[in-house]
Amino acid sequence: MGLVNWARRKSPWLVHFNTGGCNACDIEVLAALMPRYDLERFGAVLKGSPRHADVLVVTGPVNMQIRDRIIRIYEQMASPKFVVSVGNCCNSSGVYRGAYQVYPGLDSVIPVDAYIYGCPPKPEAIINGVAALLGKIKEMGQTPKETSPQVTA
Amino acid sequence: MSDGFQIIVGPQHPALKEPESFTFTVDGENVVKAEVRIGYAHKGIEKLAETKTYIQNIPLVERICGICNVAHTLCYCQNIEYLYGKEIPRRAEYLRVIIEELNRIHSHLLWVGVAGHEVGFDTLFMLVWRDREVVMDLIEAMTGNRVSTALMTVGGVRRDVTPELEQKLRKGMDILEERTKYYRKVVLDERSLLQRLIGVGRLTSAEVVEHSAVGPTARASGIKSDVRSDDPYAAHDEVPFNVISYDSCDLFGRTVVRVDETFEAINQVRYCLDHMPSGPIRMRLPNTPPRGEAVSRVEAPRGEDIHYVRSNGTDKPERYKIRAPTLGNLSALVEMLTSKGDYQVRIADIPVILAGIDPCMCCMDRSVRFVEPAKDREWMLDWEQLKQYSRRN
Repeated sequence: MGLVNWARRKSPWLVHFNTGGCNACDIEVLAALMPRYDLERFGAVLKGSPRHADVLVVTGPVNMQIRDRIIRIYEQMASPKFVVSVGNCCNSSGVYRGAYQVYPGLDSVIPVDAYIYGCPPKPEAIINGVAALLGKIKEMGQTPKETSPQVTA
Repeated sequence: MSDGFQIIVGPQHPALKEPESFTFTVDGENVVKAEVRIGYAHKGIEKLAETKTYIQNIPLVERICGICNVAHTLCYCQNIEYLYGKEIPRRAEYLRVIIEELNRIHSHLLWVGVAGHEVGFDTLFMLVWRDREVVMDLIEAMTGNRVSTALMTVGGVRRDVTPELEQKLRKGMDILEERTKYYRKVVLDERSLLQRLIGVGRLTSAEVVEHSAVGPTARASGIKSDVRSDDPYAAHDEVPFNVISYDSCDLFGRTVVRVDETFEAINQVRYCLDHMPSGPIRMRLPNTPPRGEAVSRVEAPRGEDIHYVRSNGTDKPERYKIRAPTLGNLSALVEMLTSKGDYQVRIADIPVILAGIDPCMCCMDRSVRFVEPAKDREWMLDWEQLKQYSRRN
């Protein structure tokens, strides 16, 4: 378990999914992966398929069209899997609160491990969120239980 | 479909209000038919806008599109000002042009990087995005935010340009101009890029007119349409610029138009800094605009953005309608993706043609499903595999 957990902590592969947001968080997630901020120094690589990924990075408010798809993508990921909710509208529907098509937050649809606040969050905040998640994975290896408290970055 | 495969590309594309799913019917390597289905990222913004006051709507309108947020807020604020029938202070109009052009620089550089990524030229992607941070820093210094600027308000702008910031802007423009010159050279000379761009995604000028394509997509087909020169708003009646157009009618033209527009945007920012009038930056207006309706047009980085508002004399709009530029380009995109005569669209060219109208397809999970109904067989290719496939060919 120790070795597996170490490997998992050193190479969290991300899959990025937009649930119909405004794209601002998406370009900030990409900017975090670009040379200046370089999230890849933590071993994080953006993958195309949820089956290859450990961490699901979700941006945007969850709307009714997307709900079934996000659940399917979450189920396609291999366990143990982690979900990072990026941006206010993913955390709590943000500025779209009250719109007829939008759910109150990602955690009303799938379990969420880390919340990153901001509209959009700066790349530094995204890196902080991912680092907090990695800390959580480290703790997870030391305790037998696979669930641990949610983190907020 | 008795002949050919059906490929489903999608389902979501998050750029504006128009996420898309495409179904391609292919004959061997060639796409013979493309269908588009939109509506995945529908959030009900227009209806939500009716429940908020005019000032509360500014942050909402800003989040129609995160990348061209300045165009949407500018269009919205202008629209409400049309309702009042008031002219805003001239200095505010100059500041609006500055932030609008900074936003255009950031959007066009982003697109050049994404185009490089889609054809498998990741070095260009990384380099362009590194230099794009220069303009992101300037936007942050000017407005306090990197992406969502929150600078516009009804009656003017919220923040002024200080002398220190002016120096920063001038210095930043010099760096950006130098770097963009280099990227222009790369785009014009690099053979691996040219082979993937020239002749791909053909859209003739007759098709542009027929499908009402807008923005760089239309200008790359020789149509000189630009709201900034056709129907000047803000300070565009005074700030000189050239409407960039190119007549190659393909992706290469769209790339050159976007790179050259970046130079024009840099020069417009410099002109605004040189000729900025003094005076107030904001005019206070009453909370309730008079009864009436208004239409406002703005040239967003992707093309013409149209907003319509109807006011019934209360502090909330009775109806708000938004038409974002990608919707105008969608039917033209279907035309680009259909083989006809000597023009053949290969499966490998799908990603870069989709990216060609700048719908920001760069950042999502996507998959492609191949269906062969005759043999009741289907299989999937995810976006990464499709890109791998496109790089092999």
